[in-house]
Amino acid sequence: MAINVTRRQFFKLGGAGLASSSLAMMGFAPEPAEASIRQFKLSHAKETRNTCTYCSVGCGILMYSKGDGSKNVEQDVFHIEGDPDHPVSRGSLCPKGAGLLDFVHSEGRLAYPQVREAGSDEWKRISWDEAYARIARHMKDDRDANFVRRNAQGQTVNHWTTTGFLAASGSSNEAGYITHKVVRSLGMVAFDNQARV
Amino acid sequence: MDNSQNIIARSATTTAPPQVRGHVEEVAKLIDVSKCIGCKACQVACMEWNDLRDEVGECHGTYDNPTDLTANSWTVMRFNEHETEDGDLEWLIRKDGCMHCADPGCLKACPAPGAIVQYANGIVDFDSNHCIGCGYCITGCPFDIPRISPKDQKSYKCTLCSDRVNAGMEPACVKTCPTNCIEFGTKADMLVRAEKRVGDLKARGFRDAGIYDPAGVGGTHVMYVLHHANDPNRYSGLPKDPRISPLVGAWKGATKPIMSAIIGITAFAGVIHYMTKGPKEEPEDDPGQEDAPADTLGYDATRRGSGQHEGSAGERPRGEER
Amino acid sequence: MTNHWVDIRNANLIIVMGGNAAEAHPVGFRWVTEAIEHNNAELITIDPRFTRTSAVAQDRAFIRTGTDIAFLGGLISYLIETDQIQREYVLHYTDAALIVRDGYGFEDGLFSGYDESTRSYDKQSWMYEMGDDGFVRRDESLRNSRCVYQLLREHYARYTPETVSSITGIPVETLQRLWKKMAATCVPDKTMTFCYALGWTQHSTGSQIVRAAAMVQLLLGNMGLPGGGVNALRGHSNIQGLTDLGLLSQLLPGYLTLANAKEQDYAAYIDKRTKQPTVEGQVSYWKNYEKFHVSLMKSWFGDAATETNQWCFEWLPKLERPLYDVLDTFERMSKGEMTGYFCQGFNPLASFPDRAKVTRALSSLKYLVVMDPLNTETSEFWKHYGEYNDVDSSAIDTEVFRLPTCCFAEDEGSIVNSARWLQWHWAAAPPPGDARPDIRIMAELYRELKRLYEAEGGAFPDPLLNLTWDYKIADEPSPQELAREYNGRALADLVDAEGNVTRRAGEQLSGFGELTADGKTAAGCWIFTGCWTEDGNQMARRDNSDPYGTGNTLGWAWAWPANRRILYNRASADVQGRPWGPDKAFIWWDSEQGLWVGADVPDFVATSPPSQGQMPFIMQPEGVGHLFAGQSMVDGPFPEHYEPFESPVKDNLLHPGNSRARANPAARIFDDDREALGKPEDFPHAATTYRLTEHFHFWTKHAELNAIVQPEQFVEIGEALAEEIGVAAGDWVKVSSNRGSIRAVAVVTKRLRPMQIGSRQVHHVGIPLHWGFTGAAKKGFLINALTPFVGDANTQTPEYKSFTVRVEKA
Repeated sequence: MAINVTRRQFFKLGGAGLASSSLAMMGFAPEPAEASIRQFKLSHAKETRNTCTYCSVGCGILMYSKGDGSKNVEQDVFHIEGDPDHPVSRGSLCPKGAGLLDFVHSEGRLAYPQVREAGSDEWKRISWDEAYARIARHMKDDRDANFVRRNAQGQTVNHWTTTGFLAASGSSNEAGYITHKVVRSLGMVAFDNQARV
Repeated sequence: MDNSQNIIARSATTTAPPQVRGHVEEVAKLIDVSKCIGCKACQVACMEWNDLRDEVGECHGTYDNPTDLTANSWTVMRFNEHETEDGDLEWLIRKDGCMHCADPGCLKACPAPGAIVQYANGIVDFDSNHCIGCGYCITGCPFDIPRISPKDQKSYKCTLCSDRVNAGMEPACVKTCPTNCIEFGTKADMLVRAEKRVGDLKARGFRDAGIYDPAGVGGTHVMYVLHHANDPNRYSGLPKDPRISPLVGAWKGATKPIMSAIIGITAFAGVIHYMTKGPKEEPEDDPGQEDAPADTLGYDATRRGSGQHEGSAGERPRGEER
Repeated sequence: MTNHWVDIRNANLIIVMGGNAAEAHPVGFRWVTEAIEHNNAELITIDPRFTRTSAVAQDRAFIRTGTDIAFLGGLISYLIETDQIQREYVLHYTDAALIVRDGYGFEDGLFSGYDESTRSYDKQSWMYEMGDDGFVRRDESLRNSRCVYQLLREHYARYTPETVSSITGIPVETLQRLWKKMAATCVPDKTMTFCYALGWTQHSTGSQIVRAAAMVQLLLGNMGLPGGGVNALRGHSNIQGLTDLGLLSQLLPGYLTLANAKEQDYAAYIDKRTKQPTVEGQVSYWKNYEKFHVSLMKSWFGDAATETNQWCFEWLPKLERPLYDVLDTFERMSKGEMTGYFCQGFNPLASFPDRAKVTRALSSLKYLVVMDPLNTETSEFWKHYGEYNDVDSSAIDTEVFRLPTCCFAEDEGSIVNSARWLQWHWAAAPPPGDARPDIRIMAELYRELKRLYEAEGGAFPDPLLNLTWDYKIADEPSPQELAREYNGRALADLVDAEGNVTRRAGEQLSGFGELTADGKTAAGCWIFTGCWTEDGNQMARRDNSDPYGTGNTLGWAWAWPANRRILYNRASADVQGRPWGPDKAFIWWDSEQGLWVGADVPDFVATSPPSQGQMPFIMQPEGVGHLFAGQSMVDGPFPEHYEPFESPVKDNLLHPGNSRARANPAARIFDDDREALGKPEDFPHAATTYRLTEHFHFWTKHAELNAIVQPEQFVEIGEALAEEIGVAAGDWVKVSSNRGSIRAVAVVTKRLRPMQIGSRQVHHVGIPLHWGFTGAAKKGFLINALTPFVGDANTQTPEYKSFTVRVEKA
């Protein structure tokens, strides 16, 4: 192994640009293991750092995906384990974190926008454009009809109470920030996230 | 090549394995039961790493799930609520799985050449390619660990993540354990750790705390720290003094060549049986059943993957000493 | 958390109460096991159940659900009566010596100022008495009968061990054993930590339970020290971040608050929130409120926000009720008063109380939009799933849109853990099919709306049309751009008092100390300022070194505020600025450098010498921790035990015969929901809901690995109750409340025990919450069929942890 850098030193060098690397770079590449029953499966996988999506301990995770990141490869995560450098988790994951792979690949994952029409008992696949157009129409119609500039006491309130929004405490700060910005610009007040419950 | 996994023993093989590159430290996994929270992270990490998915089963009125080891669950947590003499409650939770015995009964019992190997570092591994599904490994195991898959009629158990260890890493269960209850290192280091933990437990009033590294199987490469080492049976039937069934020893020593020949023929017959009739359905086909009374050799074929573990050693189907 | 996960290892005593850390936060719990092994610490659980946390605890008590204030109130009384408080800390760092106004009182379960018709308090009398100098009056001797210390003593004198025992079900000798262990941490160099979670918050008295714990920690001098604190172990990966970013009905980012409808005047709005010191010389950091507010407005509305238009104050929505919380919203929805609803990564059909009411409410909507990576129950609330979702689709006219989103593995950005660390993450793979990131969906939806308003006009479009949107790809702002925006930047050159330029226009700000109220800075979330500076993304830092050996890794990620890891850490040193003890040294005054130094970023003015007399709690106008809550709580300045709204006990034993003081008198409950409460004679068993370690809410039932290790719905009952109703482990039982019922397998256990409460035995029923009608696990019943539609008086967090059921063989 030509690269003479310890794993810890390696991380200190890292910022976003070094987010992903292969195990081979860190000296984990095994020799061909004829005497072992099973080949080590991470030898040349791409490694990407993330934070567990479940509870608020915020454990560090390493996601391994197929291929080395080349343009012609469709990345697919096939293994997830703990990040040993994370000061809280030190490589550990609980049963939820250890099973993250099956969340990523759950059969319950949604892949396309859908609508269930009033009174229907089934989903219908629609395009994103149709979804946005119809949702925005609903929002605007309701907002225009029910937005309150001034209340009965003559106070300026500029709020919209007839459409509400629940935000996601599993989403990123950036998603949360832009959601808040948009929602308040509409005057929405029935606005909460999981912290309420 | 420099490989930490030099094979030192191979099932049903009389030629000696290479011996020269044996300067390898023995490894061990230490499970400190007093720190176990029964979270099952080890179960999940084991399945995830080894590309296993067990059945989505049912709740049987306990936290145990899957309720027993299977060909897809190489480790399970066993929960036991124990009321002490002074009315206090202990919830004893033990991670069950292969102990990687220094003197592995499974390997001794196995008639299929190379189906079970032992590495110089102490790991006992199953090579399913060579497994004939006879179930003798289960017979030979004093801990009731291996399970035959109904899917391919081959025997499976914990490999101590031999693939990870070979690559310089720790087993998946060890790495994931949230509370540092499972540790991994050289056996010598783990014994030092274990002694320290026992000292701590004794200082906290557990007078009978101790290390579980049973001599009857030559010591193990999976060890426990128990708060009640005087009564391992309390931990869902961990045997107090496990030994390989004398019958396994006997046939390995004196009659193995003959038995191997018989097994070879039987295995061949099995192939013919498979080709003409399909997979074996009835465990009674197992050749071991005629040769060994079930109460001594102890392999109860109906228990394979049945999901019934009563947590009581009295019902354990082997003639182990308690 | 006031402290952080790794810091738990510094504790001498760990109390897990109102939570189940080993199961809900196993990896965070590792630092509890580290404390036990390496700091000779003891772990105590106080819970209705013997949990997997209890399994590794050295001591434990079974407490009746909903009675935590009785336990903690008894402890407060014990600490005072046995004089086991950290006296120097209490005298200087708390409000113990401050004098309270004459009008304040407490009688028969009610504080002064109660109005039964509105179920609320007039808090005028809950105030400190101001002296002629404009500052609060005080009595250093603590003898004045109106000082906080004496009022506290008087308030909790009623919480005798015998009374507490008869309320909580904990035997007197157990109470005294545990209180003694907790009191032992009153010495300066020992700390106890409280680890809690929803087991404290999901009660009609939830906020006051947490306050009671904070008061205990102040009395013991455990706040601000390593291994101390009151530590909320938060539930979701970014629930802290979304709270910090203010995604709650009454909030703006950084705990700024929306105006209510009465606050029509900008200056008055700011003035009310700009807290000036009420004790001489104190910091009172909220005096900077306007800087934070104006910077937010500049961030959102850019050039449109000017001093002339009061920084667009008019554009912000004003509140006509204290909260538009989810209970309020679903109440209105169930009455047909709402048109549309968005669920972004939230599953209210499963998560909100009284599932039948939630189904009615959702069915009344014109449109529902679900944005989620998973097929949630909410998105299919209209679909018939046998007995698990017994609805008639044809009778439900709600149009439902389901938009597939990325999950963490396909997403880049930051999330905030329970310890306030902002940690950056990277995407490993593209999402399945045509799923999109939440950021993109919000941006595209916004742009579609903007096009409509530009084309058609409509109701007050100004805020919408003027929202800053200078992202390079307008339909998909990058996480980096958004992070830089909430961090904030200078809009003009910033200069110091001497006129030197300290920050060029356009540069990222390095801390909230740089923010100004004159429109020269923009910052979307002031407490996050410092996370993305001119030095780059601080949230992506990965140096895990721990130079002081305290477990404080300042180079790992970035924590708000200002990268400090333990809040109130000035209190880790005594009045002279010296550590309370060698084992607890954390930050201290270095007189040679004239600086506060140590293992953490001081939560203090770094150059303020001890002789200046500034006290550690810099966010409070008094500079000290509040034993007396004054204005911040709606239901009393001191926590008081009230029964849960549904309780197996008819009377509040502290106030027998006063029905007004049986349950929290200031908690809101809607009429229909009051009618839906059960009576003890019909529903005799105390019920509590919770998570299991194998699952995460309603997500992991979609993950096969987790479905395997805990596949099927169950409820837990004790052996005595099982015998009473003729049920063995593995049998099916029916659990009913006055609102609905579920069926589940019975786990019969020694870990739940009947409790002697007054003259009767109370059985608990434990109800794990993870199953539903979608996912890889066995189908099950949404347990919120059972729960009551009532919340905490302050937060409206539903009372999921205490209600009543009847359990019988199915």
